[in-house]
This record gives sequence, C-alpha cells and structure tokens, in this order.
Amino acid sequence: MGEFFTSAVLVSTVASGLRLSTSYLFAAVGETFGQRSGVLNLGVDGIMLLGAFGAYYTVLNGGGLWLGMVVAITVGLVMGLAMAFTSVTLQAEQGISGIGFYLFGLGLSDLLFQKLVGTPLPIRGFPELRIPFLADLPVVGEMLFSHSIVVYAAFLLVPVAAFVLNRTTLGLKIRSVGENPEAADTLGVSVAGVRYLTVMTGSALAGLGGAALATELGIFQQNLTAGQGFIAVALVYFGAWRPVGVMAGSLLYGLVASVVLQLKTLGIIPRSASELAAMLPAVLTILALVVAVQRERQPAALTKPYERGA
Amino acid sequence: MAETLPGTGGRGHGLDLAMRGIVKRFPGVLANDHVDFDVRRGEIHTLLGENGAGKSTLMKILYGLYRPDAGEIRIDGEPVQIDSPRRAIELGIGMIHQHFMLVPTLTVAENVALGLASPKGPLLDLAPVARRIEELSEAYGLRVDPGAMVWQLSVGEQQRVEIIKALYRDAELLALDEPTAVLTPQEVEDLFVTLRAMAAEGHSLIFISHKLHEVLDISDRITVLRNGRLVGTVSSADATKAGLARMMVGREVVLEQVRAPVEVGPPRLEIFDVRARGDRGTEAVRGVSLQVRAGEILAIAGVSGNGQRELAEVVAGLREATGGRVLIDGSDVTGADPGQRRALGLAYIPEERMRDGAIGQFTVAENLMLHDFDRPPFARHGFLDFAEIERHCRRLVADFDVKTPSLDTTMKSLSGGNIQKAILARELSANPKVLVASQPTRGVDIGATEYIHRRLLDQRARGTATLLISEDLDEILALADRIAVMYEGEVMDVVDRADADVGRLGLLMAGVRDSGT
Repeated sequence: MGEFFTSAVLVSTVASGLRLSTSYLFAAVGETFGQRSGVLNLGVDGIMLLGAFGAYYTVLNGGGLWLGMVVAITVGLVMGLAMAFTSVTLQAEQGISGIGFYLFGLGLSDLLFQKLVGTPLPIRGFPELRIPFLADLPVVGEMLFSHSIVVYAAFLLVPVAAFVLNRTTLGLKIRSVGENPEAADTLGVSVAGVRYLTVMTGSALAGLGGAALATELGIFQQNLTAGQGFIAVALVYFGAWRPVGVMAGSLLYGLVASVVLQLKTLGIIPRSASELAAMLPAVLTILALVVAVQRERQPAALTKPYERGA
Repeated sequence: MAETLPGTGGRGHGLDLAMRGIVKRFPGVLANDHVDFDVRRGEIHTLLGENGAGKSTLMKILYGLYRPDAGEIRIDGEPVQIDSPRRAIELGIGMIHQHFMLVPTLTVAENVALGLASPKGPLLDLAPVARRIEELSEAYGLRVDPGAMVWQLSVGEQQRVEIIKALYRDAELLALDEPTAVLTPQEVEDLFVTLRAMAAEGHSLIFISHKLHEVLDISDRITVLRNGRLVGTVSSADATKAGLARMMVGREVVLEQVRAPVEVGPPRLEIFDVRARGDRGTEAVRGVSLQVRAGEILAIAGVSGNGQRELAEVVAGLREATGGRVLIDGSDVTGADPGQRRALGLAYIPEERMRDGAIGQFTVAENLMLHDFDRPPFARHGFLDFAEIERHCRRLVADFDVKTPSLDTTMKSLSGGNIQKAILARELSANPKVLVASQPTRGVDIGATEYIHRRLLDQRARGTATLLISEDLDEILALADRIAVMYEGEVMDVVDRADADVGRLGLLMAGVRDSGT
C-alpha cells in the first residue's frame, strides 16, 4: 500500500481523475440545463455514443480534431431537437422516451461503426496543453495544468453554466420554467422555447462529452461510454441541480475510478477482485445519491410536460 | 400627482374594455355562451357566478390563455386580438390568478423581473427592479420585501407580489380571480383599500368572488353569469344579497340557515394538549385542548396553514400525535388507527376531497361503500352482495341529493358539490357520534353549500358532536355554537357564537390577543 502514497503516483492519480471526470462533466452540466427547465433527458448516454462516434470517424478520416468536435456538437443538436420534440411538443413520458433515445444511440453508433470502420483503429487526441508558468509549479502543475484543452474546457464550463443560470435573464427563465411553467407562461415567457433551448444545449454538450471520451481514449468501440450518460443524469441529482455540485460529483466519480485503476496497476488489488473494484465508483455514487438527494428539492416541474390551461 | 406614481407608463390610467358575444366551447360543455361584459375606466366591476358558470373561462380569454370560438374584444373602442398572455400584458391587462403564478424558489424581485428585458441586456439587474417594487409598495400600500424568497411569504404577501407584478407591467386593467378567498378579514380590508385607490386613479378592475357581502361592498357594478350565460348586469347600489343569490342559482336560496337551539349532551370528542408535526417536520400543532359535546358544532377558524389541517388529521387518526391525548366518546384513541376510531363513531370529511375523501377512478357506488363494503349486509364470506349494495347506494344518492347520471359513473366526473354530497352521504349514513368536517363547502356552489349546511345542522340536532374547520368566517358564523381560533398551531381563544364578531375573530386569526375591551 505504501507505494501508492509516493508523490509521483498521487500526482498521476489525481491528474488521471480529472481526465476521467471530463466526459461526465460535459454531459452532466448539459443535463443540468435541461433538468432545471423541467425536462429529464435519459437519452444522454445514447447521444454521447453518437457524438463519440461522429468525432472519432471524422478524425479517423483526416477531418481533424476540431471538425470532430463540431460534428459531435451537431449530432448532439440534432438528437436534442428530436428529444425536445418528443418531450416538449408531443409531451411524451420522459422516463420512457429517454430510454428509447438511449437504445437508438447505442444501436446506431454500433451499426455505423461496424459498417464504416469495422476494426478499431486508434486516433490521436488533443495534445497536452501545458499552461505557461502554472504547469511548472511543483505537484499542482502536473496535477492541474498539464491536460488537453478538452479537460480545461469541461471545467471552464462549470462557472459559465452557473453564471448563465444565476445571473442572466435567460437563466431566470430556465429556473422559472422548471419550477412553475404556468407562472412563466402568464408573464409571456415561451415555456416550449426555453425547453427546446435547454434540451438542445444539453444534448450538444452530451455529444461533446462523448467526443471528449473518444479522443482522450483515442479509440471507439461498441458501447464505448458503458453507461456514463446514465451516471451523468445521476450526478445532476447528486449535485442538487447546481453546476458546482455537479462538478463535485463528477470529480468524486473520476477520482475514485482513477484510484481503483491505479491500485489495480500497482497490483494492490488482486486481479481476481478487479471486477468488484471496478464497481466501486458506481456503489459510491449510489450511496452519495441516497444521502444527498434526500435533502434537496428537485425542480418542481421536472418530467412534467406543460400544456396551457390544463 | 398621478404622473409621479411609478408603474403607470405613458398611456395614462385605465382603459375601457368591451367583450361582446364571447363563445367558448370545450368538449361537451359550452363554457361561455354569447357573453357580453364590459368594464369602464375607474370602475370596479364584479363578475359573479357559481363554479362552472364561466367566469374563469371568460378571464382566461381576456388574458390570452384561451382563444374564443366567437365574439369580439374591444379596448377603448378598438377591436383587439389577444392570442397570448404577452399580448394581454402589452395591451395593459393584468391578472391575479386564483392560484398564484409565482415561482416559490425565487425572490420577489426575480418573480417580478421574470420575462422582462433587463437594462443590462442578457444580464440580470435586480437592483432597479427592487427599487421600483419599493416605490410601488409605497404608492399603493403593498408592503413586501423585494429580497424575500416567495416560499417564505404569507399568502397575503404573495398576493401583494402578484399585484405588484401587474402594476410593474403598467397594467391599466386588473382582473382579480377570487382574491379574498385566502385572506383574513383585515387583509381583505387592506386589499380593498388598495383596490379603491387604484380605481380612484382610473384603473379598471375586475373582481371575481362569490362572497356576496364583499361583492356588494367593493363593486360599482355586478355582472352575473350562470351556466356560461349572462344573467344580467346590475348596479351595486340597487343589488341585494338575496337578489344576487337568486340570479346566480336561478331560484330562491336560503342564505342563513335557522340554527334551532339544541340541548347539548356529554362531551363526545376530547382533545388534551395535542401536539403534532406538519409535513415539513416542524411542529404544526402546539398543545391544543378542546372539547366538543353532543349536539354542538365547534368551529376552528384561522388562516390556512396554522395547524388546523394537522389537528383534523390527528383526530381522524391519519397523523401521529407527538404529544397529548384524543378521546372519542370517552375512549382514549390516541394510538388507535382510523378504523378503530370509526368503530367508536367517528366520521371524517377531509379537506382534500379528491385526495383523501374519494377515489376519482372508482364509481359513485364504490366510493359510497368505501367503509362498509366488507361487512354484512354488503358482503358475506368475502363476496360482495351487489343487489344489497345497489339498494343502499340508491337510497344514499336520493337522500343526499347527489346528482349523478348513474351509480356506475366515475366519481371524478361529478361536480365538486356533488362529490362532496356523496362523501357526506357516506360519512353521515351511520349517524356518527363525532364528525370532523374540514372545509366542507370549499369550492362548492351555493346550492350545494346550502344543502351541506342544512345537513350539518340536522346532524347537530341528532346529537352529533361536530368539529368544523373552515376558513370561511361566514360559514362559521352561520353554523358554529362556539368558535376556536387557531394561530401558529395554538388556540388563541374560544368564543361563544353570541359573543363573536368578525373584527375580533380577524384579530385573533392574525395572532393578536385582544386586551379585554
């Protein structure tokens, strides 16, 4: 156990924890927007998979990483439009339609992968971007300031999302629509408009989360996300619908996953128990959720379609 | 001086509204049938009618929430199309809905600013909003703290926020849907002062209520609707309570039931120092002691949320008492379940009739049998005797004047008044020793209210001890022998009906103990 607590191992464990948090963070912050406006999108994982494949395929065919990101965002927007149409316009039961979107994304991404790529070829992700000066600080430099641009972007997204939700007129509309859509409607706020916007934004971020995962790993395969999108939905509850809370949850998840990985690599966890150890982050999240969610109130209109005069 | 008042835009005060030949159909219902309605500048015009008469539909059309199937709306003589609340706001129409349109998790200022452009573009800027709220508060006597969270406010304060919201948007015509239903008498007085000040400035006001004395007090003119049709418009000066009630119901109505003297018997319901927690875990009932005797109606008055509902639930066995004792007919039932209490002679008419009093998807017959379905003569050896059940239910429906197409109609398709009569039929059919009646006539039309009141008084004459919980002081004064006023979980005082007056009760409801005048 002693070898775990060497500074080099600790630094690389934290750094890898941050990297592992990234895809959750994109997806969960995106989902926060939707849920704050009253729409639960359970299809996040499917959208992540499609975004991941879109980015991977673009990069594989020489389109470049930036174009890959644009493709992932576009895929997310299209899926978000469809999701918003079912949830907002058709007023579908959100817990059910989201599962449909997930299965659609899971199946389509695999189909496209089998048809268009076949064998998993590696791609090169964004290079490490060392922040001048800060990256040279002892310990923290290596931990926090030697990552790819995707990681920085994910963490920068948190204060931006918090600012939009709390300090802008748009954020006020989002929060009102999620709490009392009827009140917002009587003041001339377009409930459907706000919800389309948040669901599409959230889905675009989910697509980006998938792209982050594929480019960081440098690979695509069937069910690459392995349920990350569902964890992201849970993290929104864990974070009490606040971007900073969601970040805390993502970090917790990423760090625990990273520690488990590290302990496996060092042989501290025996190979026979590695499957069990891999469950640790999920178990931890469930426990944290049980404790955290009991105290917090969800947006009053979450999962409730709005119909004027109904 | 009018020009210096904030929140009154550049258009000048008031507007003339004319709604002509308004028709609105819903599947199976003609909610508005060629209704004409107009409001003049500076006028307080009441829209009066029973539930389902079409008042709310007409107001939702005015506010752009519904589109009329036919008819015309004119503002200052110009025909207008109101296709959304946004358009209504632009035209200077404001609405105070019966269920407040506030976001409880936001502050007062955020609620007011919602949907409006900010001087800082996309960024929220609440400081000027707060300043203007304070100016409006000052000008119209609408005390409220712009920084407070709405969920922390009392109902009266929330209503003030709603009025401020409308004034902030330069509303020149303000429609208030049953604004007094949730207020104490003093709060009603304050509201009327505000409304009169607004009318004096030229604002046009539409007031919706079914409390006749308030209507006569505040209105210039009164328009009565019945079954979606216009019955007539009268000047308040020429109107009487009895006349208005006749217009609303279409027949003579007994507004004040005769309360014959009844010999009171031994105590049937005794409550000693009862304590209980509310849904949020805070103490809602704090040491209440009351006694109700046979042949007596003890009413609990108070603004909603002061522990009355919790107290009723403790007596009914639906909420655990954290302290104290409850006795029914001399037996301690503090730990007993609702079934055991019923066996001792308790009946309960719950406040939320569709949640706690009936099962909407079940038929009328099934609802009437909810307590007795599993005992003879209605069931033997686990099998229901449908013939016997039908016979029993037919008698109840006839006796209690429940208007239903058949016994197999689902409960939820009946009107509120008929649902309540069906619940009353079930609860009173066993001639209970103790009756707990929570808000028995809330949301019920005048005709059914008259009937329910008569039934409660009949039951009193038959020796039932009734604990009546009501927010309607008129109802309490019409029925009660004694009145206990609850405030923040405690009984402020118990007064005899003979010594009770609205002013004193109102003070007690607001938590003010009078100093022996």
